[in-house]
Amino acid sequence: MNGVFDLGGTDGLGPVVTQENEPVFRAEWEKAAFAMFSNCFRAGFFGVDSFRHSIEKMDPGEYLLSNYYEHWVHVAEDFGAQKGVIDLEELERRTQHYLENPEAPLPQREDPELLAFVDAVVRSGAPANRPTDKIAQFKVGDRVTVLADSPRGHTRRARYVRGRTGEITGAHGAAIYPDSAGNGGPEAPEHLYTVRFTAEELWGPEVAEPNTVTYFDLWEPYLSLAPTRP
Amino acid sequence: MTEPTDTKLRTQAEIAARVKALESMLIEKGVMTTDAIDRLAEIYENEVGPQLGAKVVARAWTDPEFKQRLIADASAACAEMDIGGLQGEEMVVVENTDTVHNAIVCTLCSCYPWPVLGLPPNWYKAPAYRARIVREPRKVLAEDFGFPIPDSVEIRIWDSSSELRYWVLPQRPAGTEDLGAFELAALVTRDSMIGVGPVATPGAAR
Repeated sequence: MNGVFDLGGTDGLGPVVTQENEPVFRAEWEKAAFAMFSNCFRAGFFGVDSFRHSIEKMDPGEYLLSNYYEHWVHVAEDFGAQKGVIDLEELERRTQHYLENPEAPLPQREDPELLAFVDAVVRSGAPANRPTDKIAQFKVGDRVTVLADSPRGHTRRARYVRGRTGEITGAHGAAIYPDSAGNGGPEAPEHLYTVRFTAEELWGPEVAEPNTVTYFDLWEPYLSLAPTRP
Repeated sequence: MTEPTDTKLRTQAEIAARVKALESMLIEKGVMTTDAIDRLAEIYENEVGPQLGAKVVARAWTDPEFKQRLIADASAACAEMDIGGLQGEEMVVVENTDTVHNAIVCTLCSCYPWPVLGLPPNWYKAPAYRARIVREPRKVLAEDFGFPIPDSVEIRIWDSSSELRYWVLPQRPAGTEDLGAFELAALVTRDSMIGVGPVATPGAAR
C-alpha cells in the first residue's frame, strides 16, 4: 500500500531531534508495550510481517504524531480484537477505570513457560531465511530495475526505489516473502538481494548529494533485469 | 507538567491508562504476565545494549582474523562472543574506511540490530531521520548530528528493508596503538555504530 509510513525521501518533517542519555524506556507503559510484541507473537496473534502491516494501516495522522510504542499497542489491540481475545468496549471501560485510578493494581498470574520463552527468543531470535528449490534469477553484478506498480496491501518495495535501476551487490538465498506473509498468506520464500542505487538515480541529478549511494534489500519478484549500461 | 511521552494527541496519563487496560486483559487471557514484562525490560535495560557492539568492534580492531570473519558473516562472528539473537539473526557489518562512510536506517519501520546496539533511540524511529537520511545524508549528518563528512568520502546508506540487520564498523582512531580491547571498547559509541557520530577521542574516554 502507499502510506505515510513509507517515509524515505519525504520532505517537511523538520530536524532530527536527539536526546542525550535517553533512557531505554521513558515510562512504565513503554515496557508493557514493548513486551506486547513478543508475548502476542507467542500467542499466535501475528508474524513480523503482519505486525508491520497492522501499523501501516493506522490512521496516518496518528501514525506520525504518536509515540513509537503506541504503534505496537495498536497492533495488540487490532489483532486482539480480530482473534476475539480483546473486547474493545471492555477495553474502553477499563481505560476509564485506570484513568480515574492510575494506581489500581493489575491482575496477577504466573506463567513460567512464558518467562522461559522470553529468555529463549531473545537469545535465539526468529530467523526469516528459508530453504528453497527455486533457482536464483539474478546474480551479483546484475543491473536490475524495481517494479514501479503500486501494490495493495503489505510490501517492502518502498516508493523511493520503485522504477529505479541499481546494481545487485549481495545475493542472500531465500527469505519469507513479506508481500505474502504480511497479507495473511503463507511464507512463500523468494530470493533476496541487496541492490545499490546512486543518489542521482533516486533523486535526480539536480538535487542528489555528491558521492552518495543507498543500499536497499529487495525480493526477486520486485525486480527485472535492466538493459546493460550503454 | 509535561511528561516524557506526552504527544499532541494524548497525555502520558491517557496513554498509560489505555496500555494498562489492554495489559490487564492480555494478562487475564493468558497472553502476558507482569513477570515477562519485567524480564524483557531488565534484558534491554541492563544486559543487551551498545556495550556489546562496542566489544565486537574493539575485538575487530585488535584481531584482524576476527575482523575478516565479522565482515564475512557478522552473526557467526558475534556468536563466537556469545552475542546474538532477536533482531540480529542475520547481521551484516559494513566497514568505514578513509574513502567510505556508512550509516543505517529503516525508512519503512524501525529495524535495528538489537543484539549489538540494544533498542533504538527515539530519533531513529521518528519520521524525520527515516525520511531524510536517504535523501540528504550529508546535510543530516552535518547539521543535525554535527558530524560533517567530506565530499571526497563516499556515503553509503543501508536501508534495512529485509530481515538483514546492518551496522557499522567505525575506523579505529589514531593514537590508540597502546590501548587494549577493554579500553578501546570504551571509545566505541552507539552513534558510531549507527554511522551518525564519531568514536570518542582517547583522552576523553571514561
